[in-house]
Amino acid sequence: MRPKLSTVAWHVGAIALLAVVLYPIVWVTAATFKPTEDIIGSLQLLPTRITTINYERAVEGIAGISVVRFFWNSTVLAVLSVVGTVASSAMAAYAFARLRFRGRTLMFGLMIATLLLPFHVLIIPQYVVFQKLGLVDTYAPLLLGKFLATEAFFVFLMVQFMRGIPYELDESAKIDGAGHWAVFWNILLPLSRPAIITTAIFTFIWTWNDFFGPLIYLSTPEKYPLPLALQLFIDETAGSDFGALMAMSMLALVPVILFFLFFQRFLVEGVSTSGLKG
Amino acid sequence: MTTTTSTQRREVGSTEPAGPRKRARRSGDGVAGYLFLSPWIIGILLLTLGPMVTSLYLSFTDYDLFNPPQWIGLDNYQRMFDDARWLKSVRVTALYVALAVPIKLACALAVAMLLNNERRGRAFYRAAFYGPSLIGASVSLAIVWKAMFSDDAVVDQLLRAVGVNTGGWAGNPDFSLLMLVLLAAWQLGAPMVIFLAGLKQVPRELYEAAEVDGAGAWRRFRNITLPMISPVIFFNLLLETINAFQVFTSAYIVGGPNGQPAGTTLFYTIYLFDRGFGDYRMGYASAMAWMLLAGVGLVTLFLFRTARGWVYYSGDKR
Repeated sequence: MRPKLSTVAWHVGAIALLAVVLYPIVWVTAATFKPTEDIIGSLQLLPTRITTINYERAVEGIAGISVVRFFWNSTVLAVLSVVGTVASSAMAAYAFARLRFRGRTLMFGLMIATLLLPFHVLIIPQYVVFQKLGLVDTYAPLLLGKFLATEAFFVFLMVQFMRGIPYELDESAKIDGAGHWAVFWNILLPLSRPAIITTAIFTFIWTWNDFFGPLIYLSTPEKYPLPLALQLFIDETAGSDFGALMAMSMLALVPVILFFLFFQRFLVEGVSTSGLKG
Repeated sequence: MTTTTSTQRREVGSTEPAGPRKRARRSGDGVAGYLFLSPWIIGILLLTLGPMVTSLYLSFTDYDLFNPPQWIGLDNYQRMFDDARWLKSVRVTALYVALAVPIKLACALAVAMLLNNERRGRAFYRAAFYGPSLIGASVSLAIVWKAMFSDDAVVDQLLRAVGVNTGGWAGNPDFSLLMLVLLAAWQLGAPMVIFLAGLKQVPRELYEAAEVDGAGAWRRFRNITLPMISPVIFFNLLLETINAFQVFTSAYIVGGPNGQPAGTTLFYTIYLFDRGFGDYRMGYASAMAWMLLAGVGLVTLFLFRTARGWVYYSGDKR
């Protein structure tokens, strides 16, 4: 059967719009293979003189520190954040979704209230305390909150998910003599896999992109994650080595793009059912 | 999260966790509850409630991190209104919120309307339009955006080719903020996906009935689509407004701590950062943070107030 004209028109329209939206990504990808002088000022999208010099210089890094080091720092921060957030959020969610205890409603309300709290009212006292404890310029301030379930979005997401798991499953396990930990570990946690995956991916991406936290807490370039390293690169080169800056930006985007390509279904569904911000 | 849709939707926003009622009196739940919740309880006390109280106290003091805080009453709050940079940052942020939120939501709704059908490939398009919102707030993308919008760069040249000459973007005080608004609109993914979920819930019969009655596309949109998805519009509006108040990374990369060019990108959060962590005026920055909280709170309250007039819940008129 031949496709209808309206279907063809719809695809043409959607692709044209998509081309506009994805243009910046295509542009920067092409730009990383151009000599610096061809990046700004030339309308040519595809490189006429292909070069890998930008990536070579990007890998060299900045201030004598290789980009590999910044990648490693970002990865350490992101992986530990994922572990901490998933563990602490899942535990809190189990308590909210399955257990009854004094003050639960009040605490749940408090958790919801923190969803919309601008974090700016917290950063100054937090900084002061970490500074007094001598923890500034370590990863502790960036990671502690992740292990204490401070990202209410994820607690909420998992509570919502666990509420949908039939209660009969825990009942029968309890009749068989399972304690709370066994019910949590053997039943709720495996069944919550989609919510856990969504939480893990979002935590990874948000931590990977986070700029504000590292900006206020870290001062030694050796400890910088990629976003801060990019900022340092701009400061040190005064924007002169444009090609290398583009290549380094691109390298920082690659893990996020890969995560998106592999897990886009979890991401899109996570957003559409819980209103997670991108 | 396919299984969390319809049955749980109605509980979104309720503060009462639906839980096991019949097991209420079983012993052991109490201790177990607090144990499972212990990381969260420590977190909320040490990293949320404690800092909130401290920050409120600091906002009434003069504090530079090295000398003990000096109580100065409402001075910090009064000083703000004589502080030209503070006033500037309020104006920049208000203008940004007023532009970025409606433009982003309009774009998101338009794309969602386009993708709301049963054609093949719509899942692909949905994912592709969503993608940018994952990287939009990153330093990398702010750098790319600034490069594309710098003088004589690709955007400038393309627009001049069609006869529009703005005289530059990134370096032009008249257009630097608009450039950041466009960056916000580019990240239309999250509200678009939420709009799509809302559009799916609109019963097809309504459109068919309206078509029989001779209502055109615009009237169907105006009188069916908009009222039917108004709760979703409200949800997106609320979320995007609160987020827009807190934009930082892209503004910092584009304009630095002084909001270049000419203070036109001096967002509230940038100025707060500059006073707190650039000048170590911790008391003043705390007061600024509380003013931000008050501002966001007032706007939220205002949105909830107006919502009564235009947000339609299907249970209302039955």
